[in-house]
Amino acid sequence: MSLDQIVDGLSEVSCDVLVIGGGTAGPMAALKAKLKNPKANVVLLEKANVKRSGAISMGMDGLNNAVIPGYATPEQYTKEITIANDGIVDQKAVYKYAQNCYKIIEELDSFGIRFLKNENGDYAVKKVHHIGTYVLPMPNGETVKKALYRQLRRARILISNRYMATRLLKSADGRIAGAVSVNTRTAEMLVIKAKAVVLCMGAAGRLGLPTSGYMFGTYENAANSGDGYAMAYHAGAALANLECFQINPLIKDYNGPACAYVAGPFGAYTANNEGSRFIECDYWSGQMMLEFYNELLSGKGPVFLQLKHLHPDTISEIESTLHKVERPTRGLFQQGRGVDYRSESIEMHISEIGFCSGHSASGVFVDDNARTTVPGLYAAGDMASVPHNYMLGAFTNGSVAGIDAMEFADNHDFAEFDAADVAMERDRVMAPTKREDGIPPNQVEYKTRRLVNDYLQPPKVTRKYELGMRRLAEAREDMQERMIARNAHELLRALEVQSIMDCADMAAHASLYREESRWGLYHWRTDFPEKDNENWFCHTLLSKQDGKMTSEKRAVEPYVVPIADDEKDLYDKQRIRASA
Amino acid sequence: MPLASYQTSVPVVVDDAKCIADKGCTVCVDVCPLDVLRISDMTNKAYMAYDECWYCMPCEADCPTGAVTVNIPYLLR
Repeated sequence: MSLDQIVDGLSEVSCDVLVIGGGTAGPMAALKAKLKNPKANVVLLEKANVKRSGAISMGMDGLNNAVIPGYATPEQYTKEITIANDGIVDQKAVYKYAQNCYKIIEELDSFGIRFLKNENGDYAVKKVHHIGTYVLPMPNGETVKKALYRQLRRARILISNRYMATRLLKSADGRIAGAVSVNTRTAEMLVIKAKAVVLCMGAAGRLGLPTSGYMFGTYENAANSGDGYAMAYHAGAALANLECFQINPLIKDYNGPACAYVAGPFGAYTANNEGSRFIECDYWSGQMMLEFYNELLSGKGPVFLQLKHLHPDTISEIESTLHKVERPTRGLFQQGRGVDYRSESIEMHISEIGFCSGHSASGVFVDDNARTTVPGLYAAGDMASVPHNYMLGAFTNGSVAGIDAMEFADNHDFAEFDAADVAMERDRVMAPTKREDGIPPNQVEYKTRRLVNDYLQPPKVTRKYELGMRRLAEAREDMQERMIARNAHELLRALEVQSIMDCADMAAHASLYREESRWGLYHWRTDFPEKDNENWFCHTLLSKQDGKMTSEKRAVEPYVVPIADDEKDLYDKQRIRASA
Repeated sequence: MPLASYQTSVPVVVDDAKCIADKGCTVCVDVCPLDVLRISDMTNKAYMAYDECWYCMPCEADCPTGAVTVNIPYLLR
């Protein structure tokens, strides 16, 4: 029988710890869980193939947040991330990350993943952030996935590729009981009972629509359709600060990273059409993106990444990293345009919106043990709320999640779920395959994401949001009543559209709830243009309560590392002032 | 509601002369994060069945015979 043909089937398996998502955080969580209790069963479930899945499919060109003794301290890093996020940070988790990440770097090094070292054999850390020095290049970063995969095989983790998780299962008393999943090539369903579940399902990178004419951009792995956010939401977990969108400076048209973190430490910088710098620091923050946005609209755009002033040898060195690791098609794209970095600058633009704690501060709410608000449910990586995670955060917090999840599994038996929940989920999943006639998933997706661009993209205008939500509700009705999937591959896309729709609704709801402006461009509300610390110096938590989307405030935990008053607004001063 | 398909030039190109899918190789199909490659029933060679690509390149990098090329598609060029 050929691939993609729909098979009606349902089976059930069980394991101690189920890790969903085999990108970056997931493999580390699975590995650490298994090492914690080698007798236990750990299943790593992946929508694609663990060998090449996730944001680091092809590799990564550097660590953007390495806290390495001698270069930076956990206190300094915690302070920087707190300031970069306008103070809305539970520092405990950030501080714990900063303390643990060096150990993880050494561990990755022992896996055979190489980092840049100087002639003394020390890590060659570079400065990109406003205050501290945390960027460690990975000239051989294309080996990351292979090295991880070797470790997973060695530890005998059970890997299930091409299974997309669709919903979490819980017991009557609210504890996690497992997950429902569907094979992306046969549509057969698999129920996985588990004592603890770790969600490592990546960003919501398919929320806004790129302007290229293709639905998939080049920045996020398009498999990151926000399934983890949707699953956590429907399981009743809280999601934090979703109004703090992710918006990035990307190469225009290519829609992928440039990448200033690689080129910046060598002397490259962001410039306007006069060739002048206009931002103090290329580190991605909402405040920096707001200046980027203002410059584009000011008549001084386009905005460029400028390298041509550098020595040709330096440019060759940058090129070899940019064009070999992480996004090799970057070189192909520039070649096609005839752009030589030695004579021409790289035209940059602003990305569409998404959710991703890798670069912002939103996500499924977790504490410093990666625990969500649902007992036995964990989250790590781009979808969890620890801010400015990047790849090293995914590894480090994935490790925390895996260990704590195994501890939970060791102390609990399986929770019982209601068979009716599985039956209901099976009906929902298979519904698009039961229709004779209808709208194909790509059209529902296009419309949803166009609405996201038209109505939800900052600047956020209340009236536009209200209209957008009305139109999204209409699109949801079409999706629920009329979407059709003719084979298993189309069903995969149809299920992803449902995650995208949920994320769009959450983005709108969360944005309307926070009645102030914060995080620069990420949450710029024209009806509430000022930062309002008196009423809104807090997290917002969104969750499903009695079947309804609800938002509430949550106090910021007392700081572990105090911030002086004159340090609080360092990231607000991104624009370079004209000197006398 | 009748459906129509429309023309699109796909980014992933497979050189049939080099592709060894007819000998049982499925590497490119296995590694693709978006699962858009298939083995053709007619030619027994790999091809891009769904135009849903983010140009990540494992198909090209992992192909044991160098049969796969990822191009930047027209609208992005």
